[in-house]
Parts: sequence; C-alpha cells; structure tokens
Amino acid sequence: MTLDLPLIWAGILATAVLLYVLLDGFDLGVGALFALATPEERDVMTASIAPVWDGNETWLVLGGGGLFAAFPLAYAVVMPAFYLPIMLMLGALIFRGVAFEFRAHGRRSGRRFWTFAFSAGSIVAAVSQGFVLGGFVQGITVRNQAFAGGPLDWLTPFSCLTALSLTLGYALLGSCWLIAKAEGDLQLKARRWAKRLTLAVAVCMALVSIATLSVNPAVTARWGVSMHHIDGSKLLPLSPAPVLGGLALAWLYLSAGRETTTYAPYASAAAAFLAGYLGLAFSIAPYVAPYQLTLWDCAAKDNALALMLVGVVIMLPVILGYTAFVYWIFRGKAKAEHGYH
Amino acid sequence: MHLDPFIVSRIQFAFTVAFHIIFPAFTIGLGSYLAVLEGLWLVTRRAVFRNLYLFWVKVFALAFGMGVVSGVVMSYQFGTNWSVFAVKTGSVLGPLLGYEVLTAFFLEASFLGIMLFGWKRVGPGLHYTATCFVAGGTLFSAFWILSANSWMQTPAGYALENGRYIAVDWLKVIFNPSFPSRFAHMVTAAYLTTGMTVLGASGLLALRGRATAESRTMQRMAIGLVAILAPLQLLIGHESGKVAHEYQPTKVAAMEGWWETGRQPTILIGWPDDRTETTRVLLQTPKGFGSWVVAGDAQAELKGLKAWPKADRPPTLIPFWAFRFMVGLGLLMIGVGLGGAALWATGRLDRSKLFQWAALLSGPSGFGAVICGWMATEVGRQPYVVFGLLRTADAVSPVAAGAVQASLAGFMGVYAIVFSAGVLYICRLLVVGPQPSETEPGDDAMPVRRMLASKLEQGA
Repeated sequence: MTLDLPLIWAGILATAVLLYVLLDGFDLGVGALFALATPEERDVMTASIAPVWDGNETWLVLGGGGLFAAFPLAYAVVMPAFYLPIMLMLGALIFRGVAFEFRAHGRRSGRRFWTFAFSAGSIVAAVSQGFVLGGFVQGITVRNQAFAGGPLDWLTPFSCLTALSLTLGYALLGSCWLIAKAEGDLQLKARRWAKRLTLAVAVCMALVSIATLSVNPAVTARWGVSMHHIDGSKLLPLSPAPVLGGLALAWLYLSAGRETTTYAPYASAAAAFLAGYLGLAFSIAPYVAPYQLTLWDCAAKDNALALMLVGVVIMLPVILGYTAFVYWIFRGKAKAEHGYH
Repeated sequence: MHLDPFIVSRIQFAFTVAFHIIFPAFTIGLGSYLAVLEGLWLVTRRAVFRNLYLFWVKVFALAFGMGVVSGVVMSYQFGTNWSVFAVKTGSVLGPLLGYEVLTAFFLEASFLGIMLFGWKRVGPGLHYTATCFVAGGTLFSAFWILSANSWMQTPAGYALENGRYIAVDWLKVIFNPSFPSRFAHMVTAAYLTTGMTVLGASGLLALRGRATAESRTMQRMAIGLVAILAPLQLLIGHESGKVAHEYQPTKVAAMEGWWETGRQPTILIGWPDDRTETTRVLLQTPKGFGSWVVAGDAQAELKGLKAWPKADRPPTLIPFWAFRFMVGLGLLMIGVGLGGAALWATGRLDRSKLFQWAALLSGPSGFGAVICGWMATEVGRQPYVVFGLLRTADAVSPVAAGAVQASLAGFMGVYAIVFSAGVLYICRLLVVGPQPSETEPGDDAMPVRRMLASKLEQGA
C-alpha cells in the first residue's frame, strides 16, 4: 500500500490552520476587545496572552511555510491572488506583535500609541484574514497554472461578510478566553461581551453559510441545496456540521452567562469554529486553489512530502506536548503584575 | 523611471530581509549569551550574573519581538512576490523551511514565554532549560535558513523534472558546497554582533561614570569573545570566499572588481563601472596578490567579468563596496578585541578612556558588517535567484505594479515607526545599564509601576 502523501499533507495543513484560528484567534480577539476595556483591565488582558501569543502565531508560519513546502503551486497561485490583504495582515501583525513589548516601555504618548496599535493591529489582521477566507471560498482565477486575476478580485460583498464574521468570531474567542483568565469586573464584562458576540456570530454564520451556497455552483452541487430544490441524499451526510455549530453556539450562550463557568465557553466557541471550518472544508475540498487546482495538482514531489512527513511525525507531538506544557505553566487567573518587566 | 513589479519586488525583498536580518543577527548571539549568563549564575550563585541576565533578557525580548514579526513577512513573500521561484524550487527548499518551523520556530516561540514570564513560576532548572531551548532554537533556525540560502548560491543534489527542481539526494541538498562555511560565517557574525553591542553598551556606561560590577564583567566577557572570534572570522570568511570562487566565480570577480582575465591584484580602493567595464583604481596591491588570496597561487590566471556574457554578470558596485565595508568593519573588530585584551591583561582597561570610546563607537559595527556581507553575497548572486539555474527576472509573481508599490510604501512606513521605537526603547535600557539589584519579573514591585503606567495612559 502506498500512502497518499498529498492527502495526508492537506490534513496536516488543515489541522495547522485550525489550530492557528483557535489559538491566535483568541489573542487577536483579546486585542480587538481592547477598545472596550479600561487601562487597568488592558494590563490584565495582555498579561493573559503575553506568554503564549508568539507560539500561537507560529501556526500561521507553519500554515504559510507548509503550503510552500507541500503545495508549492497552490502557494504560488494563492499568495499573489491575495497580495493586498496578506500584506495588510502582515503589517497589522507587525504592529500588534511589537506592541506587547513596546507598551511596557512606552511613556505617556508612546504607551497610548502602542495600546492603539495593539488593538487596531489585532482588528486589521482579523479583517484581512477574513478577506482572504472570503476570496478563497469565492474562487481564484487561474490560467496556465498561475494567478491570472486582478489585484482586487477578492473584494466583494461576500468577502466583506466573511471579514466581519471572522473578526466577530475572534472577538468571541477572545472574550471566552477572558472568562477563563480574568476575575471580578473584567470577567463579568467578558461574559456580557461573549453573550452578545455569540448572537452576532450566530447570525454571521447563518449568512455566510447561505451565501457560500450561492457563491459558486460547485459548492451548491456539493451540498445539494439550491433555491428550487433540496437533495436530501447529499445534504444529510453533511448536516452534522451545521447542527454541531448551532448546538455549540446555544451552549456557549448559556454557559457564558453562568457565573461558575471557566473554560466551558471557550470550549463551546472552539466547537462552533470547528463546525464552521468543517463546513467550509466540505465545500472546498479537494481544491487548494478553488476551483481550478486540486491538492494532487499542486503537491510537491513525493520525496519532499515524505521527508517532511518524517519531521512532522516526530516533531508535531513534541510541539503539541510542550505547547500544552507552557499553557499549563501559565494556568490560573492572569494578573497585571504577571506581565511585563 | 519605470517601476515594474520586478524591480519593486526586488527592492521590497531587499528592504524587508535587510530589516529582518538585523534582529536574528543580534538574538542568535544574545540567546547564547543569556544561556551562558544563567548557567554561570546557577553554578557560581554570583549576583552579578543574575543581574546581567535579567538586564539583557529585557533587550532580548525587544529584539526578538521585532525579529519574529519581520520574519513572518519573509515566509509569505516567497509566494506573494516570487511565486515562480516558489513553484520551481518548492520541492527542494520547502522541506528545509518546513524543518525550520518544526525544529526552531515553535521551540523559540513556546519557551520564550517561560523565559520572559516564568522566572517566578518555574524552578531555576526549568527556567534555564527554557533559556537553552530558545538559544538552541535560534541556532537551529540559522542552520536551516542558511542551508536553504546556500542551496540558492551553490545548488546541489537536485534534478530537473517537468520544469521544476526536485531533490535526488537530500544530504547533498542540505549540506551543499557553500553551506558549512556560510553557516559558520553567519553564526560567528551573530556572536560578534552581540559581543560588539555588549562591548559598546559597557563603554557607554564607563564613559558616563556609571560603570558597575555588572558592566565591567560584561565588558570583559565581550572582549574575550571578540578577541577570539574576530580573528577566527577572518579565516572563516576567507574559506567562504574560496568556496565562492570555486562555485560562483562571477560573484568573486564582482566583489574584487576584476574585469580582465589574468594574474589578479587586490584592489583596496576603487570604483567599478559596469558601463565602461573597468574599475578606476585608487589603491591596489601588485598583480598576483589577489590570485594568491583567492586561489592560493600568485601565478594563477583568474577570470575577470569580461570572460562571461553581459547577461550573466552581477552588477559590481554593491558587491564591491559592501564587501570592502564588511572586511573593514571586521578588521576594526579585530583591533578593538585585541586592544581590549591587551589593556585587560595589563590592568589598564577601566582607566583607558580611549578604549571606552572605541568600544562605544564600534558598538554597532557588527550590524553593519552583517548587512554589508549579505548585500555582497545576495547581489553577487545576480542575475540569478538560484545560481546558474533560475534567473531572478523569471521568478517574479504575476502581481500588479501598483499593488507592489503600495506594499513597499507600507513596509517602509511601518518599519520606520517600529524600528525607531524599538531602537529608542533598547537605547533607553542601555543608557541605564545593568544594576546591582535588577528586579525579577513578576515580583511585588510590579503592580505599583503597572498602575502608574495605567494612570499615565488614562490621564494627560
């Protein structure tokens, strides 16, 4: 039996991107919520993510680097197609990344500037990722195995909707993280934010789901749903994803309001993200440059995939192990004085 | 001037990678230095090492943060701006970069949290382990990225299949001909960069009358490092040059300003001109000296650039002058290192104002040498992105000129702000210097400063 290495690698990268969204999602979300918090609360908020954000962002590097390594053609088509939102994301990530340290070193105006940069950078990074997501689901113009569209192809009402949805989704993850890590007033605030954001995200996910069905005929056919006809034999096997999403959001709404919960809201938010993610994956697979190039069209040479698979099989459990260990070291409630020197 | 996506993409890549390399060049050395300091603190229990660790870890945090965020940019630019390069070399270079993420980036990023915020949360043994992992991570990262870049200089172990490069022998790909000497050259350069910075900081404190036991200790440690590594670096660099001469003779000819074939001189000061295909020479050695340096034989007839078609030659001005600046700065480091060692040995180190000035002024020399060295080697590789295989002009993405111009302007603006602020904050730390009682991160003194900072943010 020979291994289908491209398929395995698609699975690995999909997992890396999912972990990125769930992990960096909450720290970007915490940044997005900065505007709603008092200065004292902001110190607790940064302290809750400062020890882990860098590791979280590394999943994005694995996503980008892994796409280059495993699917060079997809990397070469997708990156130019989303040139502007990716550059915007990188610029935003620079600002919010250095702001962790710089906030602690700035004096009056410097500190205020980096506080703003941290919040704005987090929001802009989330919005840009949402644009890339929307543009990806819409599909990319490919000719002769290269991107052949215009620089603003990604900008449509649909991608604006996904940008808004992803930003609200990250803010939801961020508020759930704060429910787990904060105490007192900030935790109560986080519960209120989480409940409102749950409702907003529920509406967004419903809208994105409906819009996704109409954005490309290939997706409509896959789900068996159109304006005129519903094909139950296709829809039924895929229905667990939306059902899981709905249940997770309902549970999230209830658990965020109960005063005894800590990690339950975050877990439910993660489940809702997983549902949305699986739904999109079902819609797009096996395309890695929708809807022209499949993962087998774009894969690197087998010996390259095999060499890296050895590395992943050895290193990924180690990485997951020490990532969990670091989270465990910094378990418990965050306090402002745990933060910066 | 017409700015097409190719030119702008090249400027953007050069700008972003030059900005990026400043920080790894510093943190590779500083990471190892911190591991040494913490190790010495744990073994000797002398407070001076603990204070030095707690001081330099603050500088490390600032520099590392800037290195991380500017590094993320690099991992995307191969695709956004050089997609043809990505497609053609992905099956060879992809795994090297993949291994960098798996063995280095996660290690550094995860244990950095413990290193910066775990002083009170974990035991000394585990904290020291975290420091060593971060230091090791920076070295692993250098290993893989130098391997990938060296493959672009001296490709080996590959075959061409359907217009794309694939690996036929991974060991030959990873340990390609120029990799060992270039890896050694870069890691030594990083250590020297850190050593010179530490030396410069100690010189500043001595001149301001703020020298402490800590600053005197770090000055002696830095002198020891520079006095040994700076002369060694001359030999490593020479070895790297010999490899380049064997595999990339056009690069060496451009760096030396050689146009005609024959027994070559070493031009010390001159001005190469691509248009007239000559170098206006102000100062040079007799003929044969250059042949002896590069090929080990004063009688050797070495090719000048005219031996290759114009389309295959690199531009000369940048490699020529960047190389001279790099060597000049390297010689300066040797002088400062050996001079400091001599003063130290004769007990006159702390009294020598002249040396403290030299230490201060040569503090940034490592950064200058690293950037010049990279400019010489990367421009010297032109007109190829993968030497002899893929031309840079054929590697560019199908992106709109306006988009690349916008992103370049954006990067320049963002980096100008981030760099100015980062340098300002690092300088503020260096001006104060390590104190006899550095506070431990996360202790009881913190909330007061925190609240004060919050108040500042609220008011005014």
